[in-house]
Amino acid sequence: MNAPTLIPDFVNRKSFIELDARARAQSLFDEGTSKELVGPFDRIESPWLAKQGIAPQSDDGCIVIKGKIGGSPVVAIAFEGAFQGGSVGEVSGAKMTAALDLATKDSEAGKPTAAVLLLETGGVRLQEANLGLAAVAEIISSALALRQHAPVITIVAGTVGCFGGMSLVAGVSSYTIMTREARLGLNGPEVIEQESGINEFDASDRALIWAIHGGEQRVGMGLADSLVEDDADKVAAAVRACVHKGVPEKHRTEQVELYRARIAAIDTSSQIDPATLRQQWASPKGGVR
Amino acid sequence: MEKIEFNYPEAKRLVTKRAHVGVVGSGDMEVLLEPNREEGARVFITTSVNGFGDAWKAVFDRFFSKFDGAVRIYINDAGATPGSVLLRLEQAVEVIEQ
Repeated sequence: MNAPTLIPDFVNRKSFIELDARARAQSLFDEGTSKELVGPFDRIESPWLAKQGIAPQSDDGCIVIKGKIGGSPVVAIAFEGAFQGGSVGEVSGAKMTAALDLATKDSEAGKPTAAVLLLETGGVRLQEANLGLAAVAEIISSALALRQHAPVITIVAGTVGCFGGMSLVAGVSSYTIMTREARLGLNGPEVIEQESGINEFDASDRALIWAIHGGEQRVGMGLADSLVEDDADKVAAAVRACVHKGVPEKHRTEQVELYRARIAAIDTSSQIDPATLRQQWASPKGGVR
Repeated sequence: MEKIEFNYPEAKRLVTKRAHVGVVGSGDMEVLLEPNREEGARVFITTSVNGFGDAWKAVFDRFFSKFDGAVRIYINDAGATPGSVLLRLEQAVEVIEQ
C-alpha cells in the first residue's frame, strides 16, 4: 500500500529563528546584491568586555549588511541574540547609528534607503552601561531622521525577544514584523519579577508572558504591524512589502492623542486581561495604522 | 578570561581564503581563520574560561596533525567543549577549502 505521505508545510519550511543574525540578514536581500560593512575581519571589538573578563566578539554582535530588497536599496542591521543577549554596547551601537546615518545621507541625496533592524536584544549591555544608554539615544535620533525619507522596519523573530532600550527603537520604527514566538516589551519578565515580586509578574509563567509580550498580542493590539510564521521566505516577503509601502502616512509615535485617549479609557478598578485589551485596542484594519 | 597563543611552524601550505564561523554564545565560540603573512601557523585564543591551556594545546596539536596551512587562527571562546572546538575548526577549514 502506498498511501501518500502528508508532510506538513512547517516541516519543509526554512526556519528564520534557527538562523544566526548574519544569515537572517542575508536571507532578506535580493540574491547577489548584499555586502557586509565593518565585518568580523575588521575586528572592531568591544574594548570594555575583556577588561571585565568576558570574551568579546569580532563584530560585537552587530552585523551590518547593505544591498537591495525588491530592487530598492536597503541596509540591514542585525543583533546576534546569542552573544551577550544581543546587548547594545559602544561598538554595536556606533555601528547601528552610523549605518542609519549613511542611509539618511543616501536618502537625502535622492536615493531613498530603507533600514531593516533585526532585533534580538535585551537592550543596553550592562558592562558598558552609560555608553550603551548613549548609544540607544543616538540610534533613536538616527532612526527618527531616517524614517522621514524611507521606512525603518523592525523584525523581532525570537527567541530572545526585544526589550529595554531597544524596544524603544522598535517603537519608533515605521513597521514592526513579529512571529508568534517573538516577544516585545520595555521591561523583560525577569526584570519585572525581580523589581516588583513574583505576584506582580511570574517570569516562569510562559503562557502569561506570551499573552502579554508575545507577537500575536502585540500585533493584535496594534503595537506591531504584521504577524508572520517562522519561515525565512515569509519574513522576507513581509519585509519586501514594507519596503514597497514606503514611509507610512503617520508613524505610531506621532499618534500621541490616540494613545493618550486609549490609556485614559482603561478601567483600572479591576485587573485587565490581555484578550480584553486586544479587543479594545484592535482597529478594523488589524493594526493602528 | 585568559589569552593563549600557539605556534605551529611546520604548517607551510599556502592558504588564500579566509573564514569566519560561530558565535561567542554560551558553550560556543567564533573562529576567524585567515592566511598568515609569514611561514607557519599561529593561534590566538581569548577564552572566558581559565585554566584549560593544556586542553587547548591537545585540540590544536590534533588539528594541525591533519591540517597543513600557513594560517592565523583567532578564537573568541565562551566555554566551548574540546569537541565543539574541533567541529568549529573543521567548519572553518570547509569554508576555505570550498
